[in-house]
Amino acid sequence: MRVRVDDDKCQGHARCHALAPEVFDVDDYGHSNVRHDGLVPAGYEEKVRLAIANCPEYAISEISVSE
Amino acid sequence: MDPAYIEDPFTIWDKLRVTCPVAHTERRGGAWLLTTYDDVTKAAHDINRFSSLEVGVIGADEEVEPDVLLPYGLPPISSDPPLHTWTRRLLLPWFSHTRIEGYEVMTRDLSRHLIDGFIAEGHADAAADYAQQIPVRIIAKILGVPADLSDTFTGWVRDVLEFADVKERAKSGGDAIVGYMIEQLLLRKEHPQDDLISELAHTIHDGEPVDDGVVLGIAGLVLIAGIDTTWSAIGSSLWHLATHPDDAARLVAEPELMDSAVEEFLRVYSPVTMARMVTLDTEFHGCPMHKGDKVLMNFPAANRDPEAFERADEVVLDRSHNRHVAFGSGIHRCAGSNLARMELKVALEEWLHRIPEFHLAEGAQVTWAGGQVRGPRSVPVVF
Ligand code: HEM
Ligand code: SF4
Repeated sequence: MRVRVDDDKCQGHARCHALAPEVFDVDDYGHSNVRHDGLVPAGYEEKVRLAIANCPEYAISEISVSE
Repeated sequence: MDPAYIEDPFTIWDKLRVTCPVAHTERRGGAWLLTTYDDVTKAAHDINRFSSLEVGVIGADEEVEPDVLLPYGLPPISSDPPLHTWTRRLLLPWFSHTRIEGYEVMTRDLSRHLIDGFIAEGHADAAADYAQQIPVRIIAKILGVPADLSDTFTGWVRDVLEFADVKERAKSGGDAIVGYMIEQLLLRKEHPQDDLISELAHTIHDGEPVDDGVVLGIAGLVLIAGIDTTWSAIGSSLWHLATHPDDAARLVAEPELMDSAVEEFLRVYSPVTMARMVTLDTEFHGCPMHKGDKVLMNFPAANRDPEAFERADEVVLDRSHNRHVAFGSGIHRCAGSNLARMELKVALEEWLHRIPEFHLAEGAQVTWAGGQVRGPRSVPVVF
């Protein structure tokens, strides 16, 4: 599973970090970055789906691995 | 404001959402009231048509002359880009989630200490003796001002937010905050300390020191935005638990639900409604809006929109999909949201740890404040 955060949409609500800190890192200015180049480590898919469903800005999306 | 509306605005919003999602009221000089999730978030993102130069829900009916001491208002909240962009950036690192983790121990100690003060008595006012006492002290710490003045700060902030209807009161509270911040700013120009006001006073922006008016506005905003809001959220959550013993018991038995419960309390009892000013004659959701009109973004109503949330009016402690907008949406997303979430969580955890069973006192008079910030002011409970 690969995900990305749209920088123009992300406003730093930090819900992604709270739900999946292993995957999302939110910096001092409230911008979320996906660790490991967006590649979700095995076993964290469910947490990441929760993060996607709880981002109030619809900023996180799953991308197909071939992209 | 109508007391029935303050106590139960929800049924009115439910009706409005169906019959008239963009309602117009002639009260207080006329305003549009947005009540659906879709409209509220659209307006919050449409910063070109909806300006933040006027964000007070209960606003001036007539033109107010600009405040000489606060020529920029209270940035970033009362500003649009570009002023918004750089003033927000000055503030954000102070409330980053890593910085906020550093305040958790202090918040926990404070909560425990407050509980120690009343637990033996078997009763307390969960709003006035507990919820109200926590956020103000953390904000005082961040600003670098004495926590002993907590009651004074709380009084000023209530004058500004809760008694905005009473012009003299709102003005005297606002003047007191500015007057106090001026003194603090002057002190820190001479003797910088490790606090937000000192840092702002010594920051260079675009090759120049930040204007005193901006520093005063930001410091005043942190005081105003950080106290009443969070205390309202803690108070509403405790009121919910006092009146829903099953939920309290479940949170005690399943403490791992606390994170989702906090989000759910924020959704269902969202304290904050914000306004915008229309910048041009335009149409929004079929409504003719005129330049200068006020638009109320009712985040609390948006968060109970059945189109956006299943079982919207119910508290579902383990709700897994919760894109609530209690902290707003778009570029003005609450800069203090990490702090508010931490305080709410810690305050509830500590309360439930020591007082797992409690309920409203017999004949208790629960009173609510409404308007810009909604929350209970008195919640007498026994345990
Ligand atoms: C549960 C508690 C809180 C709630 C519900 C809340 C809600 C909000 C909302 C809805 C906004 C958006 C305003 C807009 O769109 O015009 C906002 C902005 C803001 N809040 Fe909070 N807030 C809370 C606690 C805090 C705390 C603890 C602070 C600490 C300083 C704070 C500081 C701010 C600031 C500085 C802004 C302006 C951000 C900007 O305009 O870029 N808030 N808050
Ligand atoms: S939850 Fe969404 S908006 Fe918030 S930091 Fe994460 S990606 Fe950004």
